[in-house]
Amino acid sequence: MSAQAEATAPATQDSPEGANYLTHERGLKSWLTTVDHKRIGIMYLIAVIIGFLGGGIFALLVRTELLFPGETIMEADTYNQMFTLHGAVMIFLFIIPSIPAALGNFFLPMMLGTKDVAFPRLNLASFYIFVFGAVLALVAIVVGRVDTGWTFYTPFSVREAGISNAVLWMTMAVFIMGFSSILTGVNFIATVHTMRAPGLHWRRLPLFIWGVYATAVIQVLATPVLAITVLLLFMENILGIGIFNPQLGGDPVLFQHFFWFYSHPAVYIMILPGMAVESEIIATFSRRSIFGYMFVAMSSVAIALISFLVWGHHMFTSGMSEYAAMVFSGLTFLVAIPSAVKIFNWVATLYGGSISVKSPMLYGLSFIVLFSIGGLTGLSLATLSTDIHLHDTYFVVAHFHYTMVGGTVIAFLGGLHYWWPKMTGKMYSEKLAITAWFFVFVGFNVTFISQFIMGSQGMPRRYYDYQDQYQPLHMSSSGGAYILGVGFLIMGYMFLKSLRSGEKAPPNPWGSAGFEWQSTSPPHPHNFAEEPTMNRGPYDYPLATEEELWDGFPEDFKPSKAKAEA
Amino acid sequence: MAHADHGPKFLQHHFDTPSQQFTAAKLGMWLFLAQEILFFSGLFVAYFIFRSWYPEAFSIGSHLLDWRMGAANTVVLLLSSFTAAMAVRSAQVGDRKATGNYLLLTMVFAAVFMVVKYFEYAHKIHVGFLPGGHFAPTEEGMRELAEAVGTSFHGEGVAYHLRSYFGIYFVMTGIHGLHVLVGIGLMFWLWLKNRRGEFSKEYFTPVDCTALYWHLVDLIWIYLFPLLYLID
Repeated sequence: MSAQAEATAPATQDSPEGANYLTHERGLKSWLTTVDHKRIGIMYLIAVIIGFLGGGIFALLVRTELLFPGETIMEADTYNQMFTLHGAVMIFLFIIPSIPAALGNFFLPMMLGTKDVAFPRLNLASFYIFVFGAVLALVAIVVGRVDTGWTFYTPFSVREAGISNAVLWMTMAVFIMGFSSILTGVNFIATVHTMRAPGLHWRRLPLFIWGVYATAVIQVLATPVLAITVLLLFMENILGIGIFNPQLGGDPVLFQHFFWFYSHPAVYIMILPGMAVESEIIATFSRRSIFGYMFVAMSSVAIALISFLVWGHHMFTSGMSEYAAMVFSGLTFLVAIPSAVKIFNWVATLYGGSISVKSPMLYGLSFIVLFSIGGLTGLSLATLSTDIHLHDTYFVVAHFHYTMVGGTVIAFLGGLHYWWPKMTGKMYSEKLAITAWFFVFVGFNVTFISQFIMGSQGMPRRYYDYQDQYQPLHMSSSGGAYILGVGFLIMGYMFLKSLRSGEKAPPNPWGSAGFEWQSTSPPHPHNFAEEPTMNRGPYDYPLATEEELWDGFPEDFKPSKAKAEA
Repeated sequence: MAHADHGPKFLQHHFDTPSQQFTAAKLGMWLFLAQEILFFSGLFVAYFIFRSWYPEAFSIGSHLLDWRMGAANTVVLLLSSFTAAMAVRSAQVGDRKATGNYLLLTMVFAAVFMVVKYFEYAHKIHVGFLPGGHFAPTEEGMRELAEAVGTSFHGEGVAYHLRSYFGIYFVMTGIHGLHVLVGIGLMFWLWLKNRRGEFSKEYFTPVDCTALYWHLVDLIWIYLFPLLYLID
């Protein structure tokens, strides 16, 4: 057991000067068999970006089809597959692993001041489980039609029995990727509990850690319910066990309950890490301690706990007792409280802060605006009477895109810009980054404000065809999607250019007091040359020395041009 | 080795002390068990929903199972939990031979459980008590059914919903059985490691964690037995 870990662990003291996790071992094999959390994080990052590209192409195809009523570029059958794949790929292959598995893997141990996660080999195993699940999802796309929507509602999803049913493959893929998510969650919780550096007590924990920790709790407690649900769906397809299929005495609404018992907490698996990144960005670029630190931390935990009690709000029109619906509606309103606590605390942090608007901060500020819109429109959906009108319209689509894209994706992009210099050791063109941000921000809003309007006017979601009155709004929504696409192209170019010819990054280009910035860029294979002792919190700017703010902890001190540039 | 000064051989490079490594592993295992419980919880919820809908079918269904076999299996699993606990204790005091023997005994009990399960399954399949769409009792099955129904038979409807009972029965015991098989595999792996002398008073984490898993598998059966075999 330890032999293998030692084989891949380089000698700490005799590392050559300037060795980092990218260069201390070379070759494809050293990457594929690595147990270094940083390399695993990078591999996840590449995987989720591929997932994002795929999901994005599906989205553009859907929007192009909807430019005009009737058939534009594809048949109704193909269209059904396109929106299903857009949803399933974006959720299971991109958003769920995006921040926790990619950025979380890279930065959680660094922020804890430790060498690695508690179970490094399990970490690598979860990556391969994820890849295996992703390949199965690909098989599903190739072998047949996955056209049930990403929710796989019965009885639609059990209409063709046997292995020719592509839904079967897709649900297996979801089952397997779910285990990758569970194992990552187990790993992170154990790491946060047992691996913190000396001096890093719970009240000093970076808010990124608190957010990822709360996410991990949901991953461990909710994902297994999805696992058993899709396993039952799988057996329903193969064996006809009669649990969900009404023709065999089963109950399709039971499937919805099971599915949403996971999938509602899952939207907090998606948004909590976004909030986690947001806290880091806001603190760094306001150069001050997060206002109400303990409230922000505990609101993550509160959101995680409440998330288990609100799944029924997806089913107000599915045939549920109206008293249950009232309870679920009330509980859903509760989620707004901890979410608002976060928003107010971030805004209060900005107040009196010394704000520098760099590209990560542009995403940070966008997050506050867009997530507020997403959150507030959620309240009108949680209200029973308005939900009857808005249920299954584009209003819902716009609402969850404002939280998932306006929240999580924007935070993910912000985090990517923020930590890019640390991960790659390269700077990027700030000018291009801001241009890309502009296109993303404008494109996103144009796309989804149009959808809010047509949803409130009654345009149902998932429809292939529509009445002429919705055409201008569909057109502007699609136009926004293209602008968004251009933004991502510019961003892709900007990051590739940075990789090829970017300027060398200093250890701490943003002057952050955060622990992860106290290492070299890119980090030492063991994160820090010596195990650090935390004498202050991650946001204690008055306690951080000049050296820490620009060059990292003294033992990692390397002369750099950072001061001159500052 | 660069890590010669790092501590005992079993200590992985990213941990500072053996006790930190032990705590992490133990916590990880408990978290894994938490997700196992949530995994089975879906099945238990389905069980209670279907039982509340089709109480008669569930009552008749339980009479179609052989409670003697279920009881025997319960005893066997309880014994195996005891031997698993003894294996941990032997590992803790560094008694290699006893550890190996207790692991072996645990595997034997687990295998007995599976053999009994095999006979139960074979019989159910033989007489056509199959889940959902495959439910088609043979003549022998019909006889058993008539015997089990006794006087409380209320026509076709009840017999129809027996398919839901057997759907639940096969899924729950099947997934539990898979866990038993995984447990046997883990015990065998431990047994090999123990034979190579990898465990000591200082390092017995895998034995401890596997035993935790085994107790959970046992515990789930303790719920399955009355819920499936002993309905009224």
